[in-house]
Amino acid sequence: MSTVAAPNPQPAPPPERAREKRQLVVIIALFVLLAAVPPIATAFGQPFYLDLFRRIMIFAIAALSLNLILGYGGMISFGHAVFLGVGAYAVGVLAHHGIQSGYVQWIVAIVASALVALVIGAISIRTSGVYFIMITLAFSQMLYYLGISIEEYGGDDGMRLTVRSQFPGLVNLDNGTTFYYLVLGILVLFTFLVHRLVNSRFGMVIRAARSNEARTRAIGFSPYAYRLAAFVIAGAMCGVAGALFVNHTSYLTPDFMNWTRSGELMFMVILGGMGTTIGPVLGAAALLLLEDFLSGWTVHWQIILGPLLVLAVLFAKRGLAGLLPGGGRDE
Amino acid sequence: MSDALLDVRALSKSFGALRATDRVDLDVREGETHAIIGPNGAGKTTLIGQLAGNLRPDAGRIRFAGEDITALAAPARARQGLARSFQITSIYREFTALDNVALAVQAHAGHSFRFWRPARAEARLRNPARAILEEVGLGGRADVLAANLAHGEQRQLEIAMVLATRPRLMLLDEPVAGMGADESQRMVRFLGTLKGRRTMILVEHDMDAVFTLADRISVLVYGRIIASGTPEEIRANPEVRSAYLGEDAED
Repeated sequence: MSTVAAPNPQPAPPPERAREKRQLVVIIALFVLLAAVPPIATAFGQPFYLDLFRRIMIFAIAALSLNLILGYGGMISFGHAVFLGVGAYAVGVLAHHGIQSGYVQWIVAIVASALVALVIGAISIRTSGVYFIMITLAFSQMLYYLGISIEEYGGDDGMRLTVRSQFPGLVNLDNGTTFYYLVLGILVLFTFLVHRLVNSRFGMVIRAARSNEARTRAIGFSPYAYRLAAFVIAGAMCGVAGALFVNHTSYLTPDFMNWTRSGELMFMVILGGMGTTIGPVLGAAALLLLEDFLSGWTVHWQIILGPLLVLAVLFAKRGLAGLLPGGGRDE
Repeated sequence: MSDALLDVRALSKSFGALRATDRVDLDVREGETHAIIGPNGAGKTTLIGQLAGNLRPDAGRIRFAGEDITALAAPARARQGLARSFQITSIYREFTALDNVALAVQAHAGHSFRFWRPARAEARLRNPARAILEEVGLGGRADVLAANLAHGEQRQLEIAMVLATRPRLMLLDEPVAGMGADESQRMVRFLGTLKGRRTMILVEHDMDAVFTLADRISVLVYGRIIASGTPEEIRANPEVRSAYLGEDAED
């Protein structure tokens, strides 16, 4: 079609490459800091921080999965915590019936959350805008009330996880430090997976559909199947976070999938920077650390947290990630 | 008429009491540049929308390359080779010019359920995209964010995306709209280079552009095609002069 000789693909122009390099340095530094928490917490005799940062990382994994569909895919899912709940219940229910193998529990957690995501996604992705938000919210509340109604699994009160997931010969989750590094490992792995995903052909399609749906359809993409696939992947990833979370708290309640929890996950993504590699981790850390700090200070901590979030949304368009060197743009 | 690439029969579309498309027949032959002109509100964009699959006609049928495509959605029509540009520039503003065109190439390079390899490292997508950017004159702007391109450049970029889908028929909705005289001339010259090699439907207000480029012209007034013919025939048609060209001749 063209008589112009095709030039070789050129590497990204220098400013872009330098930006990527700065961003990589920031990401590595952040993970190194997280890796340093256990020895520091032990040295200062503050095991509480091990617990806090493990919780932060589990929520970072959940936020990371939400960022895939919300930040990159433009799908405003207001029910993402439902997958946290499905993952947690998969582990809790199997343990309740005497199946303690972590391999079985976690595979069931992943498959179950993927299936739930498939059903919710298949219906909700046909809609958009406010309808999408409402349908995802409705589904998550449905499962929330289902959790409340099942007396066998504790109903409203939930139930204890008496034995953590067993991975004989691999890891022992009863060792706080081991568990911490397992969570960190999964966080690093998922950060890398999402990064590869959003830059692949698949990722380019869901980002294109967010950017301009009419144009995307006009060049020949039907976004539905790609969005649904992204929704299922995000659901499965969040299911892993749920399996980790129930092991972290050693109990589960329907509250894991309450809509306020979904709202928290959205705040983490927006505060950290939608559509950025590291934003969800920063957002989870910022929100939970603020919550911890402010709640130690006053019981009305939400009065302070609220305005801070409003300021962050108004003045940091790219979230916290946008304030860091090399951040602030889709990678 | 059966050899027409696009064969539209009795196409109708109403919005309430307004008949935006009123039993339109249209033939576009392979290789021709067919302009659709008409006063504001004549239903040009509605017609293009139905041809591209964004709007569903109430009645009538559309045949493309011998197949009935009336029921196909826009993406399926695009995959069959029907590509459109929009009256209001439609590009990916937060992607670079090269990314924009590479996405259009990707849409026609098999399915995109490929999850691992960075799309920006694929020579199979990037090389054709670069070549097309060169062709439309944006070779030096490949790495600029589409949002930062000048208006005329954005219009060129959209044409590049249309070309990147290797279309059999291009539907261009006012490609020189909002352009300065220089930009507009450059675009007309560029579209002239495609003439004969590409089949184009051109909706345009700019009469210079239309009479320079079109092999045939159809005149749409109140949703109906009142005349169809060569530029000379259309110029000489008294009905057209009174309905449309007359107004333009005044200014």
